[in-house]
Amino acid sequence: MKMKKEYWRWPEYRRTVPRKDWAGAEVVTAGVDVGAVSSKAVIMVDGDLYAYSIMRTGSSSPDSANKAMNWALEGTGMKLEDIRYVVGTGYGRVNVPFANRAITEITCHARGANYIWGPTVRTILDMGGQDCKAIRCDERGKVTAFLMNDKCAAGTGRGMEVIADLLSVPIEEVGAMSLKVEKEPEPVSSTCVVFAKSEAVGLLRKGWPKEMVLAAFCSAMANRVAELLKRVSMEKDFVITGGIAKNVGIVKRVEDVIGLKALPMKEGLDPMIAGGIGAGLFAMDLYERERKVA
Amino acid sequence: MTCLIIHYGYEDASGEYFISVDTDKCNSCGRCVEVCPRGVLEMRTVTADLEDLLVAAVTEEHRKKIKYSCAPCNPEKKPPCVFVCEQRAISHTWKPKGR
Repeated sequence: MKMKKEYWRWPEYRRTVPRKDWAGAEVVTAGVDVGAVSSKAVIMVDGDLYAYSIMRTGSSSPDSANKAMNWALEGTGMKLEDIRYVVGTGYGRVNVPFANRAITEITCHARGANYIWGPTVRTILDMGGQDCKAIRCDERGKVTAFLMNDKCAAGTGRGMEVIADLLSVPIEEVGAMSLKVEKEPEPVSSTCVVFAKSEAVGLLRKGWPKEMVLAAFCSAMANRVAELLKRVSMEKDFVITGGIAKNVGIVKRVEDVIGLKALPMKEGLDPMIAGGIGAGLFAMDLYERERKVA
Repeated sequence: MTCLIIHYGYEDASGEYFISVDTDKCNSCGRCVEVCPRGVLEMRTVTADLEDLLVAAVTEEHRKKIKYSCAPCNPEKKPPCVFVCEQRAISHTWKPKGR
């Protein structure tokens, strides 16, 4: 039997930072970000990124946390016992079996963005699998204001997956393909995943090429998330975290709507692991503090 | 010193509806929770700078429908939660369109 191609499926992967060794390290900590759609485990050595994994969240949060962690550890020669302190974050943060503590993802994302892009970051748009958040922070990566998305999964990674599948376009190509239009079409009237799906089907039937339908969808999604940013008031530097940061079709359109460019992605620092990095850094702080007290 | 403001609510085709909590001003007294007739508010722990703060928050149940939950109190005037807060930590943004 031929399996149906899963266009929504994004690549799961792990990575160890090249030429980095943990043998002489003072302290190894980890952040585990169990999101609604993806789970990320990040290992930090003396406060610097060492290894990470990104995979799909399964039906059980504890299982997903374990799997992500084991995968991040793979090939490093490190064992879970070598990690001094683990902070869980994300939607499933209280279900990370080996975590010493849980911290909300908002706090972790800001800290992680500060690590990835530096102290000039003031506004973060986190576009996750099932929600979207606008975060303002100061030069230390401390959150000063935030807003969760309104109402539903509109304008999220899950919504993008549904559209990729519907149009049979591999999800990593959606962004670039949506930019191939000569003229930007009207955005679809609803970003609601259910309605957008039927609207997209309608447009295809009208004879719209795929890239036009994708453009209409991406543009609706961008307008939607731009509203969130208005609430926390925009200030540069602006960055996008989460899986959708890799979708150029959304990023470009968000930039156009808000009139501000996002800082480009950093090589080797996947925007999906911002929350995990932040959690790993907090783990380091918490470990140091406990050691002082003891 | 920076403060942490958490916004709850949404903007939709009918207008803007937000409750904002300044977590630096909130002193965990919980009076807003007691006085809210709809149970929209609760006390919740948030982490800021490694410290856990117990502050007023909008419940998950009501977060996505405060347009309806809060309407009876008329948030454009001074609703009970705002009225009882001596710290002035709570504010509403209430801008229904088309009136």
